[in-house]
Amino acid sequence: MNEAHHGLRGWLLSDAPQSRLQARAAALYLGWLAFRANPLAMLGLAILVLLFAVAVFAPWLAPHDPFAQDLANRLQPIGTEGHLLGTDSLGRDILSRLIHGARITLYIVGLVALIAPLAGLLVGTVSGYAGGWIDMILMRITDIFLAFPRLVLALAFVAALGAGIENAILAISLTAWPPYARIARAETLTIRKSDYISAIRLQGAGPLRIITRQIWPLCISSLIVRVTLDMAGIILAAAGLGFLGLGAQPPSPEWGAMISEGRRFILDHWWVATMPGLAIFTVSLAFNLLGDGLRDVLDPKSEK
Amino acid sequence: MTDLLDVKDLWVRFPTRKGRFDAVRGVSFRLGRERLGIVGESGSGKSMTGRAILRLIRSPGQVEASHIRLDGENLLDKTEAEMRQVRGQRISMVMQDPKFSLNPVMSIGEQLTEAYRLHARGGRAEARRRAVEMLEAVAIRDPERVMRAYPHEMSGGMGQRIMIAMMLIPDPELLIADEPTSALDVSVRGQVLQIMDRLVQDRGMGLIFISHDLNLVAQFCDRVMIMYAGRVVETCEAHKLHEAQHPYTRGLLNSLPRFDAPQNRLEVLRRDPAWAAAPVKGPVA
Amino acid sequence: MSALDFEGLNVWFGEGRDRVNAVQGASFKVASGESFGLVGESGSGKSTILRALTGLAPHWSGKIRVMDRELDRGKGRDRAFYKSVQMVFQDPYASLHPRQSVDQVLSEVLYLHGFRDIEARIERLLDDVGLGSAFRFRYPHQLSGGQRQRVAIARALAPEPSILLLDEPTSALDVSVQAEILNLLCDLRAEHGLTFLMVSHDLVVVAHMCEHIVVMQQGRIVEEMSVSDMRAMRVTHPYSQSLLEASLGYRRAQL
Repeated sequence: MNEAHHGLRGWLLSDAPQSRLQARAAALYLGWLAFRANPLAMLGLAILVLLFAVAVFAPWLAPHDPFAQDLANRLQPIGTEGHLLGTDSLGRDILSRLIHGARITLYIVGLVALIAPLAGLLVGTVSGYAGGWIDMILMRITDIFLAFPRLVLALAFVAALGAGIENAILAISLTAWPPYARIARAETLTIRKSDYISAIRLQGAGPLRIITRQIWPLCISSLIVRVTLDMAGIILAAAGLGFLGLGAQPPSPEWGAMISEGRRFILDHWWVATMPGLAIFTVSLAFNLLGDGLRDVLDPKSEK
Repeated sequence: MTDLLDVKDLWVRFPTRKGRFDAVRGVSFRLGRERLGIVGESGSGKSMTGRAILRLIRSPGQVEASHIRLDGENLLDKTEAEMRQVRGQRISMVMQDPKFSLNPVMSIGEQLTEAYRLHARGGRAEARRRAVEMLEAVAIRDPERVMRAYPHEMSGGMGQRIMIAMMLIPDPELLIADEPTSALDVSVRGQVLQIMDRLVQDRGMGLIFISHDLNLVAQFCDRVMIMYAGRVVETCEAHKLHEAQHPYTRGLLNSLPRFDAPQNRLEVLRRDPAWAAAPVKGPVA
Repeated sequence: MSALDFEGLNVWFGEGRDRVNAVQGASFKVASGESFGLVGESGSGKSTILRALTGLAPHWSGKIRVMDRELDRGKGRDRAFYKSVQMVFQDPYASLHPRQSVDQVLSEVLYLHGFRDIEARIERLLDDVGLGSAFRFRYPHQLSGGQRQRVAIARALAPEPSILLLDEPTSALDVSVQAEILNLLCDLRAEHGLTFLMVSHDLVVVAHMCEHIVVMQQGRIVEEMSVSDMRAMRVTHPYSQSLLEASLGYRRAQL
């Protein structure tokens, strides 16, 4: 037991873990080491951590009330005293609105990232493992969803359900799951034939238990990577719905809705639309960088 | 007479999180126009040695040596472009599994003629004639049909023979075969070995035969190098392998079950850390 | 009493024009406590017999009896079957879940068979296969090939089966490790009174492990013999003859 001599790092890197906790922690730490070696991914992570912090501490960070109108000070340029990023057409402080908008963005992203991949995972793994007519039916349904352009389908859903941020989330999730189902099914098809699945079948495990305990852990990592890479698209879709007036409703400081409002002044007062645009760009980029880094760490296909 | 291949103090190194890992540590040997077997367990560095000669170790792995001379020319001094010439024309390599070495979307004939035209710049008809000839040389009964076939239509043994045919088209001076028969059934194994055997005798080719199968190497090769933990622990005449001195070699031989007489228990190899450090025993090749 | 009894077993894959008959009319009996070997080259159907027995190859006809109980062709195997028949796979690198530690693998299996004292049983299983509890929380990538195969054997022993199917259990391993695993299997057989049905292309390994041997070629059984007959090369069928000769090594005289 000479691990104690090397401290925490030695304990984490030990090849002979002594407990469940140590084994889990060591696996996580190794992943972290691999992730840390990728500076761009670290940059992405840093931006997202910052975004999260901003969202959590929004009321304290924002210099003004995001909804407080001040028509005397409307359309102030960048760098105005007290309004670092200027003000919009109703004289609201853009920086404060961006800071509060981070909450909405995270809310959308978080919920979509929870709903869509889970639905996809469920459909894909069941379809891939069961095969036969179950596979047929589930995959044809998936195909129907895939056959529509994503934004158009989302528009149709929102139009049917009514405009609003929750409905926008629902609509995006409904259009986002089919690719995940496809990925999960493809992975399941290769995993299903492997010896370790045969082995657990020979122990009398039922299909439900095999899917949830053996197949899910292997599919989840590639789904996480895919979702992270898709985040940019999800943010853009949410912003797009906001822009079209079908997502977050004014006066909510949703970034897409902000661009939509700023559009009218784009030539004379470019910052009103550009600042939320930059925010969307930065966060999307951060998710992409993070996704690339995660792929290197998590994707079983790139291992060794 | 100069040796066909002369390797001196070969090291293959990989950086890892826990420091440097040396897969091959100071291996030296010479090879004439003969069959040299390299045996050892997985992780002993035998495959790495074969790949290092062709400078096929992928980054971040590094190959270092005093020299690797092929007919007196040091391969380490060559540029990557010159190495490609060497790999195609003078040294060929056959891997364990033909499935991964043949292009699945090209017919066997296309692959063989292309291999020839890359090296000899001969005409199409000439290339085709030579490809058929090569297939005949590796004992394929219906070469015309096989020329039209695709790799997935071939059995393991056929695939391996086609690989050998492909490697032989440029008429190499040295063939490195890395476990060429491990994926094959015993009956096919005999055929593949015969083909390689004949090539060494008829063409005067040198052969490095990398394998984990001691009995096979003892029967097939002229000389055997036994590797352990990246080092050569012993070199001996193949037919004298069963009289080998080194405890590791003896341990490996003893751990094999015997066909002629029943045993209650198999002997288990007790590893001695000193083996990894000990100098080479037996006549230095 | 015979532990396993196959009568006129046919196994096929695919239907109609794509139908491949992998095993045709195979009949043999494995006595209780015996070690029985199936040898043949790839494609001879030897592994397919194991897969039909365990339900991994669903299309078969004929009769299979396990401990004198006939298997029902239409239904899947029940838990009682899996409690008495277990299998060790060929490639220890493919037969362990890459994201599960030894502990997770074994507790899942013990849970599935309804054992309560999982902790104690894991310790005992690891001791049985010569690994010890130090290996309990390791993941497959932290284990060597031999250690992985020991874990796979522990998994097969977990439900305390009486019949162990061995599908080329050492062909992916080095000879020194092969010796350790074969010794372990012999010990376990003596200790737990197991019946072995072993599939291998390596006649020397089968000769070491088994008392009775069946030679298969292209889905059919060509010859059944005792190990002493095999050692003395007392075989009648020309295929078994040639297989034996080829297995015993390469002779330059063949040229």
